[in-house]
Amino acid sequence: MHITQGTFSFLPDLTDAEITAQIQYALDNGWPCSVEFTDDPHPRNVYWDMWGLPMFDLTDAAGVLAEVNACRKAKPEHYVRVNAYNASYGKQTVALSFIVQRPTDEPGFRLERQEWHDRTIRYTSHPYAADAPHGRRYNGQQ
Amino acid sequence: MTDTRPLGGEASARMGFGMSRPGRDPAGAEAAEDAERAAETLPPDARVDLAKERAETGIDEVFSSLDADLVGLAPVKTRIREIAALLLVDRARAQFGLSTSRPNLHMSFTGSPGTGKTTVALRMADMLHRLGYLRRGHLVSVTRDDLVGQYVGHTAPKTKEVLKRAMGGLLFIDEAYYLYRADNERDYGQESIEILLQVMENQREDLVVILAGYKDRMDSFFVSNPGMGSRIAHHIDFPDYTLDELEDIGKLMVAAEGYSFTSEAQETFREYLERRKAQPRFANARSVRNAIERARLRHASRLMVADRPVNKEELITLATEDILGSRVFADHNADHNTETDSR
Repeated sequence: MHITQGTFSFLPDLTDAEITAQIQYALDNGWPCSVEFTDDPHPRNVYWDMWGLPMFDLTDAAGVLAEVNACRKAKPEHYVRVNAYNASYGKQTVALSFIVQRPTDEPGFRLERQEWHDRTIRYTSHPYAADAPHGRRYNGQQ
Repeated sequence: MTDTRPLGGEASARMGFGMSRPGRDPAGAEAAEDAERAAETLPPDARVDLAKERAETGIDEVFSSLDADLVGLAPVKTRIREIAALLLVDRARAQFGLSTSRPNLHMSFTGSPGTGKTTVALRMADMLHRLGYLRRGHLVSVTRDDLVGQYVGHTAPKTKEVLKRAMGGLLFIDEAYYLYRADNERDYGQESIEILLQVMENQREDLVVILAGYKDRMDSFFVSNPGMGSRIAHHIDFPDYTLDELEDIGKLMVAAEGYSFTSEAQETFREYLERRKAQPRFANARSVRNAIERARLRHASRLMVADRPVNKEELITLATEDILGSRVFADHNADHNTETDSR
C-alpha cells in the first residue's frame, strides 16, 4: 500500500531531479531543510528520527541531496522525508514536507475492531510492518 | 497494494522513486539525459558564434571591471581569460554534442599578503556563475577554524557543513597550509583535508575550491599533500606589485574614498611607498590602504587643530604633511628640520 503522507505523496515518486528542484524552491524561500527517516509508517507518527541536524545557511540543493543520499544509503528500507522549515515570525512551522524514499515493499495497514461496551465497535489501523521490532520491519532490513 | 506506475526496468524491479540510489541502477537517469542532449545537438555543419556566446554570458563586464578595479596582476588576468575561453569553447562543443568532461576548476592562489587573492576569488565566483559552471555563484570564505574541529569526531561534521554551504558556489580556503600541521601527526587537519579531497574529486560539478596562501608555505603544503596538489588544475601566482602599480592602487583608493592628493602629496606618497616597500612586513595593497587611512587621520586632526572654517576643497584634499607625518619618514623629518628639501 502506497503510503500517502506529506506533499506530493499522491503523485508518482519524485525523481532526484524533481527532489532537487523542490529543495531548491525551499532554499530560495529561505526555508532550511532537514532529513528524517522512520520505519513506523503510521500516519499519526509525527516524530520521525532526524538524520543529522537541520541544515542552515545553504544556498544550493546539492548539499541537502547529499544528505538525502547518505540517509538512503544507511537506511535503504526506511521511509525518508525532507522537511523545509519556515522560521519567519507568524509561521514558524514546517512549510513543505515530502517523502523521498519508501521501502521496497509496503504491506499496508490492518483494520482492527475492538468490541466495546453496548455492542460498540471501535476501529483502529495498525501497520503490518509494526509487528516486527524496530530495525527489522521491512524485509528484515535496517 | 495496487500500483499502476510503470516499473523502471529490470534493474529497478522495486517500485518507487526511480531515484538513483547509491550503488543502484543510475542507467535510467543517464538515458534520459542522453535523450535530452541529443535533442539539443546541432548538426555538424552548423556554426556557433563564439563572440555572441561570449556576449550572452556577460563575461565581458566581469573582465572590464576586473581591469578597471584591479591594477597590475597581468599573469592572473591572462590565466582567468584563458579559463574563460576554455569554458566558452566547451559550451560550444557541448552544443555539437561533443563530449566534454567537466574541466577541473579547482585553483590555488599563491602570493604575498595584499596582492588581491580574495578580491580575485570573488570575481572568479561571479565569472564561473556567468559561464554556467557554478549554479549559484556565491563565495564561502573559510579558514582552518571553520573546517577543523577541536576534539575527536568534531572535524568531519564541521567540514561537511562548510562544504554543504559552499555547494553551487565557490569555497575559498584562506591560508590553507594551516590545515596541515607537519609537527603534529594527530592533528585533525588531516581528516579535514581527506574530506575535502573526496568532495573535490566526486562533486566537481557542485563546487569549486580555491586554496589561497603565501607562496612558500603553500608549496610545502602541496609537497606534503601530493593528492591535493594534483587535484588542483590551476596554480596561479600573484606577483608583488611594482611601485607604479602601488601608486595607481593608491590613487584608486583615494578616489574611492572621495579624497584627492595635491600634486606634491602625490610625489610624497610615491616616496612613502618606496620607503615602505623596503621595510619589513610590507603587505602590498593592504599597506597602501592602511597608509591612506592614517593620512586621513592626520588630515582630520590637522583641520581640527587649525580651528577655522573649512571649505570643500580642504575637506577632500590630502596634503604633503598628511603623508610626511608617517613614521616611515622619521629620519626624513629629522633632516627636514635642517634642510628645506631632502628629497
